[in-house]
Amino acid sequence: MTAITLDRAVPGGSPARPRMRGLSAERVFIRRSLTLSLRDGETLSMSIMLPVVLMLLFTYVFGGAISGDGDYVDYVVPGIILLCAGFGAASIATYVARDMTTGVIDRFRTMPLRAGAVLTGHVVASVVRNLVATAVVIGVALLVGFRPTGGVGAWIGAFALITLYILAITYLYAAIGLASGSPEAAAGYGFILMFLPYLSSAFVPVDTMPSWLQWIAANQPITPIIETIRGLLMGTALHAQPYWAVGWCLVIVAFAAAWGAWLFRRARR
Amino acid sequence: MEPAIDVVGLRKQYGGSPVLAGLDLRVEPGEVFALLGSNGAGKTTTISILTTLVRADAGSASVAGCDVARDPVGVRQRIALTGQSTAVDDALNGTENLVMLGRLSGLPPRAARRRAAELLERFGLTDAAGRRVRTYSGGTRRRLDLALSFVVAPQVLFLDEPTTGVDPRSRLDLWETIRGLADAGTTVFLTTQYLEEADRLADRIAVLDGGRIVAEGTSAQLKALVGTDTLVLQDAAGDVIAEEATDGTIAGIRAALDRLERTDAGGAVSLRRPTLDDVFLSLTATDETVKEFA
Repeated sequence: MTAITLDRAVPGGSPARPRMRGLSAERVFIRRSLTLSLRDGETLSMSIMLPVVLMLLFTYVFGGAISGDGDYVDYVVPGIILLCAGFGAASIATYVARDMTTGVIDRFRTMPLRAGAVLTGHVVASVVRNLVATAVVIGVALLVGFRPTGGVGAWIGAFALITLYILAITYLYAAIGLASGSPEAAAGYGFILMFLPYLSSAFVPVDTMPSWLQWIAANQPITPIIETIRGLLMGTALHAQPYWAVGWCLVIVAFAAAWGAWLFRRARR
Repeated sequence: MEPAIDVVGLRKQYGGSPVLAGLDLRVEPGEVFALLGSNGAGKTTTISILTTLVRADAGSASVAGCDVARDPVGVRQRIALTGQSTAVDDALNGTENLVMLGRLSGLPPRAARRRAAELLERFGLTDAAGRRVRTYSGGTRRRLDLALSFVVAPQVLFLDEPTTGVDPRSRLDLWETIRGLADAGTTVFLTTQYLEEADRLADRIAVLDGGRIVAEGTSAQLKALVGTDTLVLQDAAGDVIAEEATDGTIAGIRAALDRLERTDAGGAVSLRRPTLDDVFLSLTATDETVKEFA
């Protein structure tokens, strides 16, 4: 190997590196996380393929038995969209856990920048990933007969709520990633959350469930979110559901952000 | 001149058990300093405190003139850490890793790319520049990790077990690289489990045991303490039958051979260099208190 010749450092006199100000570190980390997602082909394709497959499954295989009249796709799409957001967001837990358990985070923490910006990068990339996946799912849904009745305003409302939900579940999964000791464990814990949509009005109306389960399904956060999206896109009755939906999302964001910030500060050897 | 690293009475405990029990250190600018110790001796904890990752329970430490507790950002502006686990992004290639670090160090895009190209060449990574890090060998990853620490040349470079888990050939390469960095004037603080590594790289070595410095001095001074080579008699299965300490001279080795011969055991004779075990053995055998060489 050739000998290393570096700029001759004056002992004690080489200049200090500048502090990163403003959002410059965040910009670099967002780009990093987006690049990592794009190159992680398996995770990316799974988080898009799986919801699409599930939607086709529910529409063509179960749909006939569940609703008989063939317009089950109109009922199930809002649920699939949330399911899709869950799948997509779960991968942030793995990315965060990987950064925390390999030496990467120590390098950033020993540089003059906000190391928490690493997490911001992952959160932004996760939201972008999930919005793309959601768009694909909606596109496929339209192809297989999804006929929403909502106007432009309703679509904007639905889009805003879906984005808020993605943000909430992304924060939650990021905190799970911080809490778990390894990327593998993070992926494992993540699966638990994915069952929540099944215990909601995503696939069947709540009143078809046993009464004890009805109480859980009606009062868990996913149901008002799904009912709001359904109401906006399909014109079903909204009642107070939008308030519950937004409220739940904000509570989850606040809880996950506080929990995550605590975990991030604590995660030092 | 102000010391590059000044540590006084540093203490840290985890869950009630002390990891550092009053550590004192002083590293002069431009010096290569090795902290030698076995697993669990407190090496990584020391580096974590000095690089502002962990707060000490008591005592004080300053790096490049900045107090680690009162001015952590000042410290971070002047140091670089190459940790035990290589901190590189697997999915990015060599150039991308370096450009990203350059951007995070405040270089504009073009300067970051120029610096990346320079470092790739200087660290012998030109061939690996366009390949994703996932495909790198262990030694190449470490070299990239080292290069990342030089995107902006630090005043003090911290290396936590720089060659642990690296194959012997890459280890020699890395030693040469680190030596080259030190010759360029950077203060280097490294931890290691290997006496040989400390011997090859460091101007001064401190032996850490049970959270305190138990011996400190140049490599020659430490070796004088350890004694020299040991003559080992092993049977065909490789089990040690007998060991005889020697002073390294012809007469000493001959006397040791004579003593081995008197044991009447058959087997193969080899000469073993002093190891970290020998350092600890000789340190704990003679005296429990701190030894000073200066």
